[in-house]
Amino acid sequence: MSADVQPPPEADEVAEQTAAIAAPEVIADSFGEYAKIWWTRVRSGESGALPVILGLAAIVIYFQARSSLFLSAGNLVNLIEQAAWIVTLGMAEVFVLLLGEIDLSIGFSSVIGAVFTCWLLVPPNPAPWPLAVLVGLAFPALYSGIQGVIVTWLRLPSFVVTLAGYLFGQGFLLYIINVAAPGSGGTIRLYSNVLSDIESGAMSVTAGWIVMAVAVVLAGGLFVVRDGRRRASKLAAPPASVTWLKVAVMAVAGVVVVLIGNTNRGRFFTVVRGVPWVVLVILVVLVAYNFLLGRTRFGRYVYAIGGNAEAARRAGINLSRIRIAAFALCGLTAGIMGIIYSSLLGSVSANVPGGQNVLYAVAAAVIGGTSLFGGRGKMLGAVLGGVIVAVIYNGLQLLGLGAAPQAMWTAAVLLAAVTVDTVARRGQTTT
Amino acid sequence: MTTPSADDARPATAGRAPAPESGQEGAPLLRLVGVGKNFGLVRALIDIDLDVPAGQVTALVGDNGAGKSTLIKTIAGIWPQDHGEILWQGRPVRFHSPKDATDLGIATVYQDLALADNLDIVQNMFLGREPVKRWVLDETTMETEAKRTLADLSVVTVRSVRQPVGSLSGGQRQAVAVARAVLRQAKLVILDEPTAALGVTQTRVVLDLIHRLKDQGIAVIVISHNLNDVQAVADRVAVLRLGRMAAVGPLSRFDAESIVDLMTTGTSRRLAGVPAEQSAQQPAGSPSER
Repeated sequence: MSADVQPPPEADEVAEQTAAIAAPEVIADSFGEYAKIWWTRVRSGESGALPVILGLAAIVIYFQARSSLFLSAGNLVNLIEQAAWIVTLGMAEVFVLLLGEIDLSIGFSSVIGAVFTCWLLVPPNPAPWPLAVLVGLAFPALYSGIQGVIVTWLRLPSFVVTLAGYLFGQGFLLYIINVAAPGSGGTIRLYSNVLSDIESGAMSVTAGWIVMAVAVVLAGGLFVVRDGRRRASKLAAPPASVTWLKVAVMAVAGVVVVLIGNTNRGRFFTVVRGVPWVVLVILVVLVAYNFLLGRTRFGRYVYAIGGNAEAARRAGINLSRIRIAAFALCGLTAGIMGIIYSSLLGSVSANVPGGQNVLYAVAAAVIGGTSLFGGRGKMLGAVLGGVIVAVIYNGLQLLGLGAAPQAMWTAAVLLAAVTVDTVARRGQTTT
Repeated sequence: MTTPSADDARPATAGRAPAPESGQEGAPLLRLVGVGKNFGLVRALIDIDLDVPAGQVTALVGDNGAGKSTLIKTIAGIWPQDHGEILWQGRPVRFHSPKDATDLGIATVYQDLALADNLDIVQNMFLGREPVKRWVLDETTMETEAKRTLADLSVVTVRSVRQPVGSLSGGQRQAVAVARAVLRQAKLVILDEPTAALGVTQTRVVLDLIHRLKDQGIAVIVISHNLNDVQAVADRVAVLRLGRMAAVGPLSRFDAESIVDLMTTGTSRRLAGVPAEQSAQQPAGSPSER
């Protein structure tokens, strides 16, 4: 009956085993230890962004070897502009994938939102562009939100509900474009210069540097101060060297993007330089969503529901509200993509491949490490995954190859990403 | 269905005064008086009397279908009882939802533990009641309190409170689930078969944990099939059989064989001369006047 309070004999063993799985910043004290644990984790499939970045590097090297134009400033800016919409749609999909749901409708709803935006901006008496943007964001948010309500209240599988949303959206896009721009052959132009400039305009050379410097100092300062505070109060935090390494990586990435953007990409005698505005849009969305998912109750509950819905329910979380909000946020983000997409093309057309776009978005999220079963994934992953999808598209176009190899390449990368992830995870065991 | 006549033959005589241990400061933490629960025509619980004192471990034993789960779900507020009264610190209470019970300080740790494997220990312990400062999660408070609670429970084998629960061993997971209950200021922790799926060392981790809970003055109800575990941690034993309380009393009045007898037949010759403090025959409504 007496309590024998001795650590059980296998305590050390358990500690060893958890070292392999817990995040390095939570248990490492020195840089060396951190690196060691990080590598163990990489091998057991808890690797974060590393395989995605390695894969990206391999693909980039391949294309550069085939065509020396690939890494030219002109093409890289072109790549950024092409990647922007895939990245945004990938981030949209992360919200619902984290819950273990899917939203197939956003490929079309995003573009329908853009049709409304364009419609409101048609010349004789255009609405102010912020209002047009608001409507363009509100439609897909509402569209996905309603599907979220149906999924939650009627307990239907999101795959089927959003497949219906996809089909309805496909039809509604045809209808609404013909109403908005009758006799135009199913195309509506984007008349706003402000919105066109998201993709085709660029910051001035100086503005690019200033924005980059401010972003790095703010984010880096936040990292350093926060980790420092956590270390001071003996909470789990990475070693100082690792914090500074992260800041350095961020700064280098920023400098590289600005350098690329600020290199003259004009042909012959024209001078074109500057970082495209869309980079700033993506950055703001990424930071906002990272905050939402990482630092608020909403984000915590999204992960909790994706990990164990029953546990979340018993913890008193209102599952319906979180699910519906996640669907609406997915739609809202898709709305941003719709604006970016119309900005890239200068118009919206009825034959937008909305079905293909949404599948690329899911692929981007999954390549970036988001699980289809919920509970695991990051916004940054979707950005990197979206860049990979865009690199394949861009590179093959540069090589003069068409749509056929593009789809097949993307398929191979998607399969490889999921395989690497799953096989690595199968190796690790939990008792 | 049930055989009340079997109870007539039992040695435990009705109306015996309870042992003083349960009534030191007046009423025990939780007292059930004549509680009954029907599902249609099935009488799942019949006339249950049970005292659960603070700072003691009450083991609830019984064969499959004896009504153990029905009883703890009634206490946890999953459904209201059909007959009888539940007294919390001497005051009658009625639960309309699990939240009513949780608000009073009754925490139930079910067998599945209800942990999200993808979240870390701190995140799981605070799930659903995260402190926030201006919309932002207050991670510092959460991590500090989680660490303190785990330390109070002598949970030492966990290397970091920031590791995902999915990477923990069975005993550690149980510890996290219990620590979550303690963190929420539970006064009564109900553990449903806490050692059922565990090996020998992990079982000991959990039994130690139950001792810690008791040392903190928390009342514990443990459902268990394992009589070794019961004898290792319980202060009091309650034996259920076919929806009735076959016997309740301090552990010292039982041995393994008598418990098995009571579980299977509702009576035990080995208890002769050492009557249990309460019995199924005790009239409802007058459970324990001194």
